[in-house]
Amino acid sequence: MGTFTIERDGDLLTVVVDGQLVVGNRAEFKQLVFDEIEAGARRVLIDFSNTGYIDSSGLGALVSLGKRVREQGGALRLAGLNDDLRTLFELTRLDTLFQLHGSRADALAGF
Amino acid sequence: MGPAPMRSPDSDPSPFADAASRFEWSVASDVREIDPIVSTITRACVDAGFPDQACRLNVPVALTEAMANAIMRGNEGDVSRSMRVCARIDDAMLCVEVTDEGAGFDAEAARAMCQDPEWLEREDGRGVFLMYALMDKVEMWCDAGHTVRLVLRRK
Repeated sequence: MGTFTIERDGDLLTVVVDGQLVVGNRAEFKQLVFDEIEAGARRVLIDFSNTGYIDSSGLGALVSLGKRVREQGGALRLAGLNDDLRTLFELTRLDTLFQLHGSRADALAGF
Repeated sequence: MGPAPMRSPDSDPSPFADAASRFEWSVASDVREIDPIVSTITRACVDAGFPDQACRLNVPVALTEAMANAIMRGNEGDVSRSMRVCARIDDAMLCVEVTDEGAGFDAEAARAMCQDPEWLEREDGRGVFLMYALMDKVEMWCDAGHTVRLVLRRK
């Protein structure tokens, strides 16, 4: 399915999604990031460079995380989406809700 | 349009007869059952020469949505209920039927949710929309349970 690796540098949280972000692991993903936001993360970067696909549950989890971090005065950015994943965000118009960046370096610029 | 019709579409004979590749599962309503089934069907699509994007995106996402709906909505997350999945691949198409023990739902209403201004910021409500967006044909009906049929034609 998918696994998550987190890196924390001050208030910057980076989460790398390896594999899928889907109904079977979205609860684990959400809790992981919510806990980090609770612990002070305010800049949240999700790196999808190693991600296969995301289903509607995964997309929904991202929407919730975006809301939560904004409520705390922070921001969420997404990086490393391939053409397939971008297609999903465009179909669901979530490309208008999130900042999508080609690479982690692009996402970190000015973050 | 209301809830799913009460029988299989008459005009379409069983899509699983004489299939080149055919798969069938009957599993408990547990989301952990989804991934192995998706992997098997997707791998079969790769082997059968379906386009790359269909194998990377359309097939796995639409199948995941159909099964997640069956488990969490149709069977209400009750692991004592079962989900049946039948798939076939032939020269023309991939056809998958996912059947749960529920009474079905109003697919048109679910699709129309994407017109709601608040849809963008909702956590749920994208699954049915994605099935229709990623497949060539989606049909639903109620018979002995509720069935969703997904069809993706070879391009």
